[in-house]
Amino acid sequence: MQATDTTNPEYFHKVVDCQYACPAHTPVPAYIRLIAQQRYTDAYLINWESNVFPGVLGRTCDRPCEPACRRGRVEAEPVAICRLKRVAADFKDEVADMLPKAGPPNGKKVALIGAGPASLTVARDLAPLGYEVHLYDAQAKGGGFMRSQIPSFRLPESVLDEEIGYILNMGISTVFNTYVDSMAGMLTKGYDAIFVGSGAPRGRDLPKLPGRKEADANIHIGINWLANVAFEHTKEIGKRVIVLGGGNTAMDCCRTSRRLGGEEVKVIVRSPFADMKASPWEKEDAVHEGIPIIDNHVPREFVIEKGKLVGMTFDKVEAIYQEDGRRDLVSTGEDPVFFPCDDVLIAIGQENAFPWIEKETGIRFTSWGTPIINDDETFQSTRKEVFFGGDSAFGPSNIITAVAHGHKAAVSIDLYCQGKNLSKRPPPHVTLVGQKMGIHEWSYDSIPITDERKIVPLEDLKKSLNDRMVEVELGFDVETAFIEAERCLNCDAQTVFTDANCIECDACTDICPTSCITFTQNAPEGELRNKLLVPAENTDQDLYVSGTLPTGRVMVKDEDVCLHCGLCAERCPTAAWDMQMFLYNMAKATPDLVDVK
Amino acid sequence: MSYYKPKFQHPKLPKNELGYTVADYDGAVSTLCAGCGHDSISGAIRNACFLSAIPPHRIAKLSGIGCSSKMPTYFLGKSHGFNSVHGRMPSVATGASVANRDLIYLGVSGDGDTASIGMGQFVHLIRRNVNMTYIVANNGCYGLTKGQDSATADLGSVGKYGVKNPFDGIDLASLAVLQGASFVARSFSGDKEQLEPLIRAAMAHRGFAFIDVVSPCVTFANNVGSTRSYAATRDNLDAMPIDFVPMREEIRTQYKEGSSQTVTLHDGSIIHLHKASRKYKPDSREDALMALQTANRTGKVLTGLLYLDTDSQDLNHTLALATKPLNSLGKDELCPGSRVLKSINEGLR
Repeated sequence: MQATDTTNPEYFHKVVDCQYACPAHTPVPAYIRLIAQQRYTDAYLINWESNVFPGVLGRTCDRPCEPACRRGRVEAEPVAICRLKRVAADFKDEVADMLPKAGPPNGKKVALIGAGPASLTVARDLAPLGYEVHLYDAQAKGGGFMRSQIPSFRLPESVLDEEIGYILNMGISTVFNTYVDSMAGMLTKGYDAIFVGSGAPRGRDLPKLPGRKEADANIHIGINWLANVAFEHTKEIGKRVIVLGGGNTAMDCCRTSRRLGGEEVKVIVRSPFADMKASPWEKEDAVHEGIPIIDNHVPREFVIEKGKLVGMTFDKVEAIYQEDGRRDLVSTGEDPVFFPCDDVLIAIGQENAFPWIEKETGIRFTSWGTPIINDDETFQSTRKEVFFGGDSAFGPSNIITAVAHGHKAAVSIDLYCQGKNLSKRPPPHVTLVGQKMGIHEWSYDSIPITDERKIVPLEDLKKSLNDRMVEVELGFDVETAFIEAERCLNCDAQTVFTDANCIECDACTDICPTSCITFTQNAPEGELRNKLLVPAENTDQDLYVSGTLPTGRVMVKDEDVCLHCGLCAERCPTAAWDMQMFLYNMAKATPDLVDVK
Repeated sequence: MSYYKPKFQHPKLPKNELGYTVADYDGAVSTLCAGCGHDSISGAIRNACFLSAIPPHRIAKLSGIGCSSKMPTYFLGKSHGFNSVHGRMPSVATGASVANRDLIYLGVSGDGDTASIGMGQFVHLIRRNVNMTYIVANNGCYGLTKGQDSATADLGSVGKYGVKNPFDGIDLASLAVLQGASFVARSFSGDKEQLEPLIRAAMAHRGFAFIDVVSPCVTFANNVGSTRSYAATRDNLDAMPIDFVPMREEIRTQYKEGSSQTVTLHDGSIIHLHKASRKYKPDSREDALMALQTANRTGKVLTGLLYLDTDSQDLNHTLALATKPLNSLGKDELCPGSRVLKSINEGLR
């Protein structure tokens, strides 16, 4: 195997599993350390630079970081990263003065269509550079999906207003209450670039299911219904509610129903419970609120009596998995099942829709209805001054993905407006600094604690079901946050190996608590993985391979379950091992937005 | 310094037949200098006991004084241990072995503890063939008192302070062969592939098993000019690799004919010796002495199994002592009463 090239920052980037998994590459361990040091404001600023909405995401993020967390591979549960983010937002001081202001005008003007997380990110990244930013949205307030689809018992409006306010206060011109109905029209308005962040607004329906038309008054499309609740057009629902679908929107629909008068609320989903798209914790929260989730039931018919919806019938199925991983839902042959209900919420997915983008604009679409985009770095459409991001680019995803798109699109727009080559991307901002404080002392808490994951306290169930504005999760207090923060393994404290210093004394191999380090003859990767002290079966994780050492062997470190405890470096007599703090910030249009020492 | 080793382990850490992982054979975190050869020997002992699936509570660790003799704290934290007076571990080991013949005795000593203050005890331990494994962590210097030359330092070896050693060193392996030890080996702390099977074979051997392990002192003798630095030892190493197959395991590795020879121990375990082309016979004391002398003359560090007497009888057997540990004997056996005493006395009249 080739010796590992650690001068390529992508190697160590991948070692920091949480940050690598985060679409916006938030430096997670760095801000968790700041939380442990009670530096909540600094922790917030680091977050804000990367993910723009720490308070929102600390409550609602899909948390791709947590399944990736290394801690989950050495014990039962990952670090509660998402809820620690909320701690930073909850306990920070006033930050408005520490955030960047609009830069001196640079003469360029951009339009952002849709005021959701993607557009807001573009606005924030471009405003300090002096761009004149016009933000269009059909609604009266910014936030897009974050405002219309996420119920307030999960995300209080005040948090959303605060974080959107930080951006709008950077001199953004808002054009709200304005539905953009023609891209061709927008293209004549003299913008240097246009960004489309209008989301994936159409909820999928079941138009062909018998009875759909007749029962229309009591059938609602999930995301539209949630938006109507958020904007207070809808204030109640029938006592018996069926929610169709197994994603996070279905979970929001059923829990909102419970707060709007729904007493017997059921989720009915086609797939097996384990295959449902909803995050495990969202399913748990729904079950906690007394909502049964009935799986393996495919909708068959809306049942109408005297012109009114009285229930639905379903076919029972079971999932058969093919060898290639494909899943077939096969009827069990049992009789259809009837569930009575007053209302049905359909939350079975979303579709893209761009009826307002005319063919003659030259913006072309795939057969799936998504825009044809240069690549997932530039986000440039087939019309060079038009860029897409968020759900409107590749279909429904989540807030943090929209933010990541926004960062990249802002870089592209900035390069485009300067007449530069879009494919020459600016490099990430990277530092790698030794952490040695003394012979056996490091500048971070190197020894992993054994505490188990802390549970976030919840509001009293009765109280929260009575009022949809009451936030269900109470967030960690600072004492709990400290313990949870200390659970972080500091994966950004990298084990850096210098071949030339190694005298092959085996001290690192002997001390390593998780048996990560082996000195052996080099071999092709597959073979090497098998002959380590503990075979490296997790191929998602890299092997760190040194150059050939004096005995002809190589040092091989399996990154999989390294605790970053620094014992290898402490027991190394020649400092061939060193613990070096790795900071990686993905490239943004405006570098160094915040100043955290 | 970290005295704490995290409790987390690799979730797929292999288990031996007893269901233990290698971590179950760990001791406290070492307080020896980082990079000390002794720590590597501790690691090899830990691994050997794990691989041979020896229950930790059936092992007794014995040592004297010195860096080497601190080692037993750093492995087999769940075994018995006795840290004795300087150079007097052999007496304690002899007494322990006589009192409880069922435990597995593992003595750890150093070049000072064995070749200087303990020399008198050491040779008698060999002579009596006490059933134990005796490992000398041999670094040629007194690391605990700032690195003075020890009795095993090679002639002309340069210490950290730049002074050449004016005396010939004692070669403990030669001494052990000469004195009649039934198992003599030499190894290098930086060669676990050889050291681990040697320790396993030594622990399976019935009788006195001696392993002289070159173990560089990383602080006081790892400099240029030292004959026992990591670099010098590797440069001069002449290693005879071995494999150890315990009795209960089937032999899996295929050896090319003529490339190795096998030795079967009293319990049916098998030792495979490679590099057999040198026609080395480990059952011949003369050959062993010759090979050691030749290596010493040419400045080579000859490592491997040097001598083995598979028919060895240990002290307990020679003296026809009780066949069970004393602590398992009942009052009547230990104190058979005046009638037996009387008959003994009668027999002496």
